[in-house]
Amino acid sequence: MIKTEHLSKRYDELVAVDDVSFQVGPGEVLGFLGPNGAGKTTTMRMLAGFVTPSGGRASICGHDVVEAPLAAKASLGYLPEGAPSYGEMTVRAFLHFIADLRGLSGARRAQRLTHVIEHLQLQEVLEQTIETLSKGFRRRVGLAQAIMHDPPVLILDEPTDGLDPNQKHEVRTLINTMAHDKIIIISTHILEEVDAVCSRAIIIARGRIVADDTPAGLAARSRYHNAVSLRLENAAQLAAARAAVAALPGVAEVELSEREARLTALPRPGAMVLPEISALANRDGLSVQDLHLESGRLDEVFRTITA
Amino acid sequence: MSHVGIILRRELGSYFATPLAYVFIVIFLVLAGAFTFYLGGFYERGQADLEPFFTFHPWLYLFLIPALSMRLWAEERKSGSIELLMTQPVTLWQAVLGKFLAAWLFTALALALTFPLWLTVNYLGHPDNGAILAAYLGSLLLAGGFLAVGSCMSALTRNQVVAFILAVVVCFAFLLAGFPLVLDVFRAWAPQPLLDAIASLSFLAHFDAITKGVIDLRDLLYFAMLIGFFLLATTIALELHKAD
Repeated sequence: MIKTEHLSKRYDELVAVDDVSFQVGPGEVLGFLGPNGAGKTTTMRMLAGFVTPSGGRASICGHDVVEAPLAAKASLGYLPEGAPSYGEMTVRAFLHFIADLRGLSGARRAQRLTHVIEHLQLQEVLEQTIETLSKGFRRRVGLAQAIMHDPPVLILDEPTDGLDPNQKHEVRTLINTMAHDKIIIISTHILEEVDAVCSRAIIIARGRIVADDTPAGLAARSRYHNAVSLRLENAAQLAAARAAVAALPGVAEVELSEREARLTALPRPGAMVLPEISALANRDGLSVQDLHLESGRLDEVFRTITA
Repeated sequence: MSHVGIILRRELGSYFATPLAYVFIVIFLVLAGAFTFYLGGFYERGQADLEPFFTFHPWLYLFLIPALSMRLWAEERKSGSIELLMTQPVTLWQAVLGKFLAAWLFTALALALTFPLWLTVNYLGHPDNGAILAAYLGSLLLAGGFLAVGSCMSALTRNQVVAFILAVVVCFAFLLAGFPLVLDVFRAWAPQPLLDAIASLSFLAHFDAITKGVIDLRDLLYFAMLIGFFLLATTIALELHKAD
């Protein structure tokens, strides 16, 4: 269990984190979202024991991060932003160093080392120094370090930042495989990541929590929640279709995209307009190429909430 | 293995993973030799002792030790690896001590590699080997004092060049604390007891005492307290600024 109560951090005049309270339990993957400079990294650093809070409390598995820092750190695997490490060390030497610091020994040490090396596919780079590795491998070395002692809690600061789509997919798969028995917090500003891995999302802006919900719950706040998107074969039909759709009682607004020949009908709150639009398309003989129901646009919610 | 030991071993390994270790040792040995034979007049003196060798150690250390210590913390902060280290289950004090001891052990190794000089002087005559051993101890303590100062200066900044310059200046002030160059700064306004206190902080006075072959508990205590003080200051500086 991760628990924060009224957690704050002030730097002179600047309030980086302001009265942040939340709890995360086992099996949850919490996505920490927010614009750059919103306080995501500072909050995670306070949880990891790197930054001392100016106010409030935080605990990892019942260990207060200020009063019992070593116990809190022992329950925690942490990937700092940018995955810093010791560039002149080889991957093998670095992982052995971490295993020693984590107090692993004997058979368990060997077993954990083998496990993380296999799990993160580091075999081929074991003897390379870390500074010669690609960004993707460096990130994997950072993740290997974080899960070395099989901690119940993982805090990963932008684990997929700067990775290519394949590498992102690998990291997300890795997070998903660990999700069921661990508490995981990841920070990101990539919204698709929230859908891909998170069971819950907290949006933070100017140091404060502005939303705390499931990804579906957040999407439901969008104006586009349950909107119907319709693409026509013939752009000439757009104007007529627009007039007909706008006349439907459940439709609040219609947006057009001439380039894509697409029409999007935004429903009034609570209304479900898909059956009506589908019937209308049949009735008027519109040549529909694509018709689908939107669940909501996270980027739009994100902009509305954090603006 | 204790956390101090784990950190010490990693640090020491990283000296030898880069050219740093080899460059430092070679330059130290070359300069120590040059000073001894040319400036110290090792042969011309006609005495079988290592005084011309040890006399120049404070001046050699003044530039070489800050070059070694400047990276201790400034590099960790610059590269961000300090965040990785400080989120492992280690205390700040263990990390400070481990890194300091690694640097000290490394200078001990460099110092030990001057043994051919000791062999030479024993071949040429019958030196007082007890006094030589004491002088080696004094030199090692002096290096420890310089390193502790350097560690603290390195913790104050993320810029290694700034750390180097700060360390040279502070070490220089400590070296000459008993001399007019430093004392005159305070003489205008400080009372006599304070001047005496400052003068008693001089590296040189304590180093000279030990190199004469007299191991006084007060001199040992002086270096122990000096190292302890600056390592504590390192810890405090890091505690306040590690995440900046």
